[in-house]
Amino acid sequence: MTSYRLAGGGLINRQMPQNFTFDGRVMTGFAGDTLASALLANGRQLVGRSFKYHRPRGVLTAGSAEPNALMTIGRGGRTEPNTRATMVELYEGLEAQSQNRWPTLEHDIGAVNGLLSPFLSAGFYYKTFMWPARFWEKLYEPVIRRAAGLGRASYEADPDTYEKCWAHCDLLVIGAGATGLMAALAAGRSGLRVILIDENADLGGYLLSETALIDGRPASAFVRSAVDELESLANVQVMARITAFGWYDGQVFGAVERVQKHVAVPDAMRPVERLWRIAAKKAILATGAEERPLVFGGNDVPGVMMAGAMRSYLNRYAVAPGKRVAVFTTNDSGYALANDLEVSGVNVAALIDSRRDAAIAYSGKARLVHGGFVSNVQGSKAVEGIEIWREGQRETLDIDSLAMSGGFSPVIHLACHRGGKPRWSDEHSAFLAPDGLSDLTLAGSAAGVFGLQAAMMSGAKAAEAALADLGVAHAGVAMPLVEGEIVPEPAKPLWSIPGIKAKAFVDYQNDVHLKDLGLAVQEGYGHVELAKRYTTNGMATDQGKLSNVNAIGLLAEARRISPAEVGTTTFRPFYTPVSFGALAGASHGKHFQPVRRSPLHGWAEKNGATFVETGLWYRSAWFPRAGETGWRASVDREVKTVRSAVGLCDVSMLGKIEICGPDAAEFLNRIYCNAFLKLPVGKARYGLMLREDGFIYDDGTNSRMTEDRYFMTTTTAYAAGVMNHLEFCAQALWPELDVRLASVTDQWAQMAVAGPKSRAVLEQLVDDDISNDAFPYLGAKDVSLLGGRLRGRLFRISFSGELAFELAVPADFGESIADAVMLAGKAHGICAYGVEALSVLRIEKGHVTHNEINGTVVPADLGFGKMVSTAKPDFIGRQMVGREGLVDAMRPQLVGVVPLDPTVSFRSGAHILKKDAAATLENDEGYVTSSCFSPHVGSTIGLALVKGGASRHGEEVQIWNGLRNEFAIGRLVSPVFVDPAHEKLHV
Amino acid sequence: MKGAVLPRPAADAGADAWHDYVYLRDNPRGAYEEYWHHTSGCRRWLVVSRDTATHEVYACQDAADAKAVRA
Ligand SMILES: [Zn+2]
Repeated sequence: MTSYRLAGGGLINRQMPQNFTFDGRVMTGFAGDTLASALLANGRQLVGRSFKYHRPRGVLTAGSAEPNALMTIGRGGRTEPNTRATMVELYEGLEAQSQNRWPTLEHDIGAVNGLLSPFLSAGFYYKTFMWPARFWEKLYEPVIRRAAGLGRASYEADPDTYEKCWAHCDLLVIGAGATGLMAALAAGRSGLRVILIDENADLGGYLLSETALIDGRPASAFVRSAVDELESLANVQVMARITAFGWYDGQVFGAVERVQKHVAVPDAMRPVERLWRIAAKKAILATGAEERPLVFGGNDVPGVMMAGAMRSYLNRYAVAPGKRVAVFTTNDSGYALANDLEVSGVNVAALIDSRRDAAIAYSGKARLVHGGFVSNVQGSKAVEGIEIWREGQRETLDIDSLAMSGGFSPVIHLACHRGGKPRWSDEHSAFLAPDGLSDLTLAGSAAGVFGLQAAMMSGAKAAEAALADLGVAHAGVAMPLVEGEIVPEPAKPLWSIPGIKAKAFVDYQNDVHLKDLGLAVQEGYGHVELAKRYTTNGMATDQGKLSNVNAIGLLAEARRISPAEVGTTTFRPFYTPVSFGALAGASHGKHFQPVRRSPLHGWAEKNGATFVETGLWYRSAWFPRAGETGWRASVDREVKTVRSAVGLCDVSMLGKIEICGPDAAEFLNRIYCNAFLKLPVGKARYGLMLREDGFIYDDGTNSRMTEDRYFMTTTTAYAAGVMNHLEFCAQALWPELDVRLASVTDQWAQMAVAGPKSRAVLEQLVDDDISNDAFPYLGAKDVSLLGGRLRGRLFRISFSGELAFELAVPADFGESIADAVMLAGKAHGICAYGVEALSVLRIEKGHVTHNEINGTVVPADLGFGKMVSTAKPDFIGRQMVGREGLVDAMRPQLVGVVPLDPTVSFRSGAHILKKDAAATLENDEGYVTSSCFSPHVGSTIGLALVKGGASRHGEEVQIWNGLRNEFAIGRLVSPVFVDPAHEKLHV
Repeated sequence: MKGAVLPRPAADAGADAWHDYVYLRDNPRGAYEEYWHHTSGCRRWLVVSRDTATHEVYACQDAADAKAVRA
């Protein structure tokens, strides 16, 4: 016989039927059902297949610990696998699919894994890795991947939106059962800013499944009035469908709210989930306790259920588990279930109590078996009977469903998220929260307090303590009177059960059974952290909510020590799975990361730029023109135009930092390794910044605009890092220097105007005299533009080696000035050029970038040895740059490299080998750091860091790319391919 | 305890002092002193005393003030 809906009772709304499908079959439940209760009401007990052995599985719990009833909900982009049916509210049109079965749930070919189970035991993965690799790659891994698993994610994009919020309160109460409601009432009435959260749609926790009376009324009526009162208080925020998943630094709790997971088609104007960060001065954990399964043979057959869950389905959802039920318990909670079943007209065949001396009075009709155990369940897809073991005697009993209760484990996960270890209490037969949690208090059954009356008291007391800590007067709260409850006082735990023949599961979700744990101990993996990984116990998506304590108890017994000595594994967020959607929030698509557009972006678009992403920047890479066959054609044309006429390149993304103050000169003198103290006003200088360990950090130009004002440029990639570094030096190292720093990267649009015609072009815009006499190489000054309509900054600096200027104007004027430059340059054949041409121009000139400044080079390696001041008393890196290993003549040094045959090319990253050396890494002499095709040279050229390279110009070498099997014979040359005397800079 | 916050040696302090300053740190479980940088705010460098195990912050001081006090 299967489960079925009772004719009356329950908190479901029978006026509101809800149609849904399970594996395509249409079924009907009621509003107020969960997917699990609706399936049970429809007689559906087989709801899934297990992870490894594909065993038939049924609903085990009525809450968030569910390991078996995992479903895929929804379709298309809304497909959500591995959803716990016990936590899914039923709604009209819900589509659910069972998982891990093929072709159907009833007839699953993967169940043969059960026959292979001797090979799938604990340590399976470790052991098979020891077998030959070809076995693993060809056979085991593909087979396991197909056979073992959970649901499948959709390949379609999620159409829904998610958001993130912060909330702040005096007191956060987590869990709105008896304990949490009383805590929130006590604190709320006293005026605290309270947030009360609960993971279920309906507040009340287990009160909604209770038959005990509160103040003479059903418990659900008490819940309703308590929630009504809380919602009427302006200082209390009540939230349902929100799970606190972690406790973090600074007393911040993470929580996920399922705003619209209970509707078929969400309202597009609202998120489906919200990720909350709740900063609470105080928090009360009223998360209740988890009932422990018992580990007997066939304890996973559909129809075996936790006793408390069976009672929930019966009382709250009006679902009977079957016609003939047995209850197997170690404590008094099984009696409450037996009584309620009988009241609902369900035949209780036997109440099997593992205690010989249970003191509780029982007046029901069930046969009471004291000192008995259920050893095995008969049946595979449904319970057909049980084998009872009592004093060495076996007896079988025909039943169709079985409830079990192995006692209760307080839900303490959040209390352990900040490093505290749970402690075993013999008195409670359970692990309790760590001691010394200052602003987090546990109350009710989460604190090992059992029974409704005691839990309510405990909740109110915890609120009182929070009030006292916060210095708020307590308004007082009358304690409701609970009648007719059976208090499940902690009983002696029962780990090992005698007479087991079939597989007895410890971790349902990962298919870890009793023998696996035994094997782990036998093979030396008995330590709790090792056993976990060896058997995978507790590593499934339920994180061992039902299995961990049983595993610890069984390990303790096997090793003949106390659970206290075994200890627990580490509790980490998340308490329950959280969707990637919620964690990502709005940060996807174009909101995943910001885009930085240069002030000249519009100018570049107009000129047909192809953009390339560098960090967050979109930089113009090249500017293709009609008839050009590929990027190389465009780049070659741009390079030639700059060398022969003039080009404009956007360099706005260089880092720009303004340094001012009376001590700015002294500050910069300590920042750069070369001299800066005597840089004249109106002059720019190339500067090298070292790290304190002597290696080069960054380079760039620095211009003294006025006596106490400097304009620094950094490389694009290091702009933020250099700013941090300067601030560190100014604040932490030399606060006595009077200097101020401002990042002005975004304030200035900056353009390089380079080429022999650059002056002729700029003279049309710049009012000042910029002749070579008036404004020589390395000049830097404020200039007037367009007849005094705008002021900008002009620098006579060159990355290309040609006569060149960089013009900076306020960012908003960038595009129009660039347009004006293009217009003025038209007669001179100006072209826009991108970073690819910029790179070719600088390689031809032997200028370095972070390809060469790779964190392992000192100034001398790049030919900058003379720049390192010996006169300055101090600068960053001064001491360490002189270390023995950094002045060795055979260090890698910058050289140029060209192929002997100009038709042969090579790539960056290729190794340099001596001419006759074998191509091995042992013979490596250095590598190509930058390479390009040089229109000027007419072949590929490169810069390289080669051992002692500065003294090897002229040497023939091999250029070897072992990854691509490319060889070229080349020659080491000067790194300056263009205008080695630098005459072009000074015209 | 030798945290991240160390006085920068004099330029002529010698190789050992500099090696010690640049490379050597304690790595305790418990109280520790670090430089933090408020990058998205006031952009000040701070000296933060923090417990590396519990992340409890004991004290926080502007780096410039810290240097003045310790000098
Ligand atoms: Zn700040």
